[in-house]
Amino acid sequence: MHMLKTLGLAALLATTSSLAQAQDLKIGLQEDPDVLDPDQSRTFVGRIVYASLCDKLVDITPELEIIPMLAREWEWNADGTELTMKLQEGVTFHDGEPFNAEAVAANIDRSQNFELSRRKSEVQSITGTEVIDEHTIKFTLSAPDATLLAQFADRAGMMVSPKAAGEAGESFGLNPVCAGPFKFKERIQQDRIVLEKFDDYYRADEINFDTVTFLPIPDTTVRLANLRAGDLDMLERLAATDLSSAEADDGIKVEKATSLGYQGITINVANGAGAENPLGQNAAVRKALSLAIDRNALNQVVFEGAFATGNQPFSPTSPWYNPDFTVPERDVEAAKALLAEAGFPDGVTVEIQVANNPVQTQVMQVIQSMASEAGIKIELAAKEFATLLADQSAGDYTASQVGWSGRVDPDGNIHQFMTTEGGINDSKYSDPEMDRLLDEARLSTDPAVRKESYSAAIAKQQEDMPIVYLYHPVWIWALDKDIKGFEPYPDGMIRLHGVSIEE
Amino acid sequence: MTAVVDPQVAADPLPPRRRNRAWEKFRRSPSALLGGVIVLFFLIVALLAPVLPVPGPAETDWGAVRKAPTWAHPFGTDEIGRDVLSRMIWGAQASLLAGVVSVLIAVFLGMPLGMLAGYMRGWTDAVISRFTEALLAAPFLILAIALAAFLGPSLTNAMIAIGLSAMPVFIRLARAQTLIVMTEDYVESARAVGIGHVGMIGRYILPNIVPPIIVQSTLTIATAVIAEASLSFLGLGQQPPAPSWGAMLNTAKNFLDQAPWMALYPGVAIFLVVLGFNLLGDGLRDALDPRDH
Amino acid sequence: MLTFLGRRILTAIPTIILISIFVFSLQHLLPGDPILVMAGEERDPEVIAALREKYRFNDPVPMQYLAWAGNALQGDLGISLRTQQPVLELIGEKLPVTIQLAVMALIIAILIGIPAGVLSAYKKGTWIDWVANITALSGLSVPNFWLGIMLILLVSVKLGWLPASGYVPLTEDPLQSIRVMIMPAFVLGTAIAATLMRHTRSAMLSVLKSDYVRTARAKGLQERVVLVKHALRNALVPVVTVITLLFGELLAGAVLTEQIFTIPGFGKLVVDAVFNRDYAVVQGIVLCTGIAFIFMNILADAAYRILNPRMSQQ
Repeated sequence: MHMLKTLGLAALLATTSSLAQAQDLKIGLQEDPDVLDPDQSRTFVGRIVYASLCDKLVDITPELEIIPMLAREWEWNADGTELTMKLQEGVTFHDGEPFNAEAVAANIDRSQNFELSRRKSEVQSITGTEVIDEHTIKFTLSAPDATLLAQFADRAGMMVSPKAAGEAGESFGLNPVCAGPFKFKERIQQDRIVLEKFDDYYRADEINFDTVTFLPIPDTTVRLANLRAGDLDMLERLAATDLSSAEADDGIKVEKATSLGYQGITINVANGAGAENPLGQNAAVRKALSLAIDRNALNQVVFEGAFATGNQPFSPTSPWYNPDFTVPERDVEAAKALLAEAGFPDGVTVEIQVANNPVQTQVMQVIQSMASEAGIKIELAAKEFATLLADQSAGDYTASQVGWSGRVDPDGNIHQFMTTEGGINDSKYSDPEMDRLLDEARLSTDPAVRKESYSAAIAKQQEDMPIVYLYHPVWIWALDKDIKGFEPYPDGMIRLHGVSIEE
Repeated sequence: MTAVVDPQVAADPLPPRRRNRAWEKFRRSPSALLGGVIVLFFLIVALLAPVLPVPGPAETDWGAVRKAPTWAHPFGTDEIGRDVLSRMIWGAQASLLAGVVSVLIAVFLGMPLGMLAGYMRGWTDAVISRFTEALLAAPFLILAIALAAFLGPSLTNAMIAIGLSAMPVFIRLARAQTLIVMTEDYVESARAVGIGHVGMIGRYILPNIVPPIIVQSTLTIATAVIAEASLSFLGLGQQPPAPSWGAMLNTAKNFLDQAPWMALYPGVAIFLVVLGFNLLGDGLRDALDPRDH
Repeated sequence: MLTFLGRRILTAIPTIILISIFVFSLQHLLPGDPILVMAGEERDPEVIAALREKYRFNDPVPMQYLAWAGNALQGDLGISLRTQQPVLELIGEKLPVTIQLAVMALIIAILIGIPAGVLSAYKKGTWIDWVANITALSGLSVPNFWLGIMLILLVSVKLGWLPASGYVPLTEDPLQSIRVMIMPAFVLGTAIAATLMRHTRSAMLSVLKSDYVRTARAKGLQERVVLVKHALRNALVPVVTVITLLFGELLAGAVLTEQIFTIPGFGKLVVDAVFNRDYAVVQGIVLCTGIAFIFMNILADAAYRILNPRMSQQ
C-alpha cells in the first residue's frame, strides 16, 4: 500500500516501457504453442517457434522449391526408392553434440518408433537408414514417395540431439535441444517462450538477435495495441479487419503471404447415419450449396477482401494450383434449378457444425444468409473444437465447417481427405477412380505425371464435391517499421535469418 | 458478484401479518422503485420485440457492415451488417430468460433440499450439507464453465449450468430458515399436538422461508444475468445467429478499434438490467426486514 | 476452539473427496475427445491408439480415478496433456501471478470501500450516503469483463497509456509489474470494493448507535477521533471476516479478468484447460482451489468465533 502511494498513479502512467532492447526480438503469437518436441508437436503456432529453434534437413523458398538446410545435397536412385543425403559439416546441437549421419538415423528412428510420436505417418515410407560415412546417409523406401522431401522440410526433418532426447524421454519438450539458430532458455506456459542465440550455430553470421521472445496473445486487438505501444516488435496473424488501420500507421509495416491451406465445408456423404439427408446423398444439392455462396462477398464482408477465394484443395500460391478451375460466380438461379432437378423444388434444410470462435461463426452466418436465398436453410451448430472433431470423426454430423493448415507437397492437401482409406476422410467419400488418381500422383516423382493426375482428381472432386472449398487464408504479419529483412513465406513461418532491427 | 442476503436479516422468521407494512415501505423507497422501473422497462422491451419497428435480428445488409450509428441504424450495425439495436432488443429476451429460468432451477431444486436437510436433520442433513459445501468450494463461474462445457454450448444448457451453480445458496438459506423455525415455541407446541409433516411444512415452514427466498432470488437473478453474459462471452452460452448480449460482446471484442459501438451498448444493457435487479432486491430486503432501522 | 477446528477439518475431508470425484467424472463425461485434438491434424489412427493406451483412456473411469487419487495422495497431480509440464509445477508457477492480482485488487478495494462505507454511514440519509450507495450498487452490477474491454479500448488502444496484456514478475521489474497489473486489478477490485463498502456501512451504523460511542462523544472527544479510534476499529471486526470470505469471489473474478487481459495466472490456466480438455490440469486446479476455499471458510469461522465469543455458546 505504501509503495503505491509513493509511486503515485501519475508516475506509473507516465513511465514508458523500457523493455525493448535492440538485440531482443519480441514476437506476438495468436496461441500458446503445445509441447516443444518436434516429434510430439501438433500445432501450427508451435512450428513458428521451431523455425528459430530447430533446423531441418531441407527448407523451402517462398516459391516452395526445396533447398538445402542441414542436408547439403541429395540424390535419388533411378526407381525412386533410395535417397542419399550429404550433410552439412561442422554442425553441433545446442548441447555440443555433433550433428552427423548417426544423429539423422537416430532422429528417423525416434519419429517412427517413439511411443508418443505424431510423425509416424509422415515417414512411414522409410524402411531403412544406412550410415554411409560421418556425413552421408541413405534412406531406403518401401515405394517411391514424392512427398518425403516436403516432410523433411517440416517437423519430420527437424533434428534433435539424440543424446538429450534419449536422456529426457517423454519430457524432452520441456527443454528441447536442437540445431537451430537459437537455443531454448525458458518457457512460462501461456506467457512466454524465450530463446537465446546459439553461438556455435553454423550460420551464426545471419543471426542478428541475442534473444527472441514469443508471447502468446490470443486477442487480436490487444496484440496490435501492444505492437503500437512498442511492447512487441512483430506479430503473426493480424486480423484482416485490422489491415487498413495497420497499413495507415506510419510506425508499422505489413507483410502478407497466401497460405497453403484452405477453409471449407466437409460434407458427410457416407459416414454413418449422418449422411442420410439430401446434402449427403445428392451431389447436385452440394453443388447448389456451392453455387449459392458468393465467395467474393464472403471475403469482403469477413476479411475485407484480404484473403483468397477458393474452390480447390491447392492454394493459388502453390505451383500445383490449377487455374483451369476458376472460382465460380454466385448463381442463385442455377442453384435453385439444381435443387429442383434433384427433387427439392421447395428447398432443403441442412445442419452445419462450426467451431465456436468468432471468425468461423461469422463466416458461417454469412453463408447461412446467402444459402437461404437459394432455398437452402442452414441450421448452425456451434461446438467447441474438441467436440466438433470428435463428432466429425465419429460421423455424427451432416456437414462441418473446418479447414486444413496446408502442406508444401500437394499430396498432403488432398490424398488423406479424398481416398477411401484416407486417415482424415471424414466424409467417407469413396471412389475407385479418385483412389487410383491420387495414389498415382503420390508414387510418381515426375511432376508432369503428377500434375495430370491432380487435374483429373480436381475435376472429379468438382463433380462429387465431398468438400465445398471456400477460401484460402492469407498470413498477415505486422512489424515495427525498423525491422529489416523479413521475408513472408506461404507456410506462415517466421524465419529470422537475415532479419535485423535498424533504427 | 454473488450478493448474499445478510444472514441476520434472513435469519429472522417473519410472521405473515407484516406484509402490508412491507408494501408500504417498498413503495416509499425511491431506489427500489427505480429498480422496479428498470426491470419493467426491459421486460416490456423483451416481450414487445416481435412488434417493435426494427429490422429482424438476423437480417443482414452486405452494404452496411460495421457502420457507425446513423438514423437508419441508431446503434450501428455489426460484423455482418445486422442492426445492433434490433439484436439488443432480441438479446434482452435471452438475458432475462436466462436470469429468471436459472434462478427458478436453483430455487426449485435448492429450496426442497434445504428444507429437507433442516427438517430431517441427522444423516440426511449431513449428506446434503457436504454436497452443498463441495458445490460451494468450486468458484461459481468455474463450476458454471465446466458444467456448460459438459452439457454443450447452448442457452438452455447455460441456464441449467447457472441454475445448478446457484443452487447451494438456496439450499443453505432454506436449511438455516427451517432450522430456526423448528425451534420456535409455536412450532414446538404444534408438533406436540401432532400436526403431520405436510401440515408442518405448509403451515409453518414455507410461509417463513418464502420471503427471504424471494429477496435472495431477486439478487441472484442479477448474478445470473451476468453469469449468462460471461458464459456467452466465452462462447458457452447463446449460439449464433441468435442474439444475446454476452455473445454480442464476444464478437465485439474483435472489432474494438473499428466498431466500438458493438461493445458499448450490450455492456450498458447488462449493467442496467443487473442494477435494476440489485436495486429491486435491496428494496425488497429492506421492506421485508422485520427490524426497523 | 481446538475441538472446533478439529471437527471442521475432519468434516472437510469428505467434502474434498466429493469435489474430486465430482470434477473427475464431470470431465470424463465432457463431450469431445482430447486425444483427437492431441493427435494432430492428421489424426493418425496408430498415434491415437498409442496415446489412448499411454494416458489410460482405455481403463474404466473409476479405475482412472483411483489411479489419479493414488498419485495425488503422494503429491503427484499428473502432467498437462498439452505441454507435458507437471501440474503441480504449473500451479506453483501460476499461483504468484493470481495472488499478486488478487492482493492488488484487494488493496484497491480496501482503499475505496472502507472510507466510502465509513463516510456513507456517518452521513446516513444525506445525498453523500445516497451517492455512495448507488455507486456501490453500480460497482456490483457492472460486468467485470465488459469493464475490462472498455478500459482496454480507452486506456490501451486509444490513449496508449498502459499495456493491454501480459505479466512481469514483481521480482523482475516492480514498476513495470505494477503498471501491467494495475488495470486488471482495478477491474477486479471494483466489485469487491462495492461489497466491502456495503458491509462497512452496515457495521459502522450499528457501532455508531452503541453505548461506548455515545460515551466517547459525551466525553467531548473530537468527532474524528471517535469515528476512527472507537467506531471504525470495532466495525472492522466483521469486515475482516468478510474479506476472508471474499477470497472465492476474487478467484472467480480472476477467471474472466485474466482472460481479458491475457494474464498467465490461475484463471486463464483453468479456462484454457477446460477448452483444451487438459484433464489433469483442470482436476488439479479445482482440487487446490477447493481445499483453499474450505480452509479459508474454516479460518473465517474461527476468526468470527474468536472475535465474537457469544457465537461459541450457541
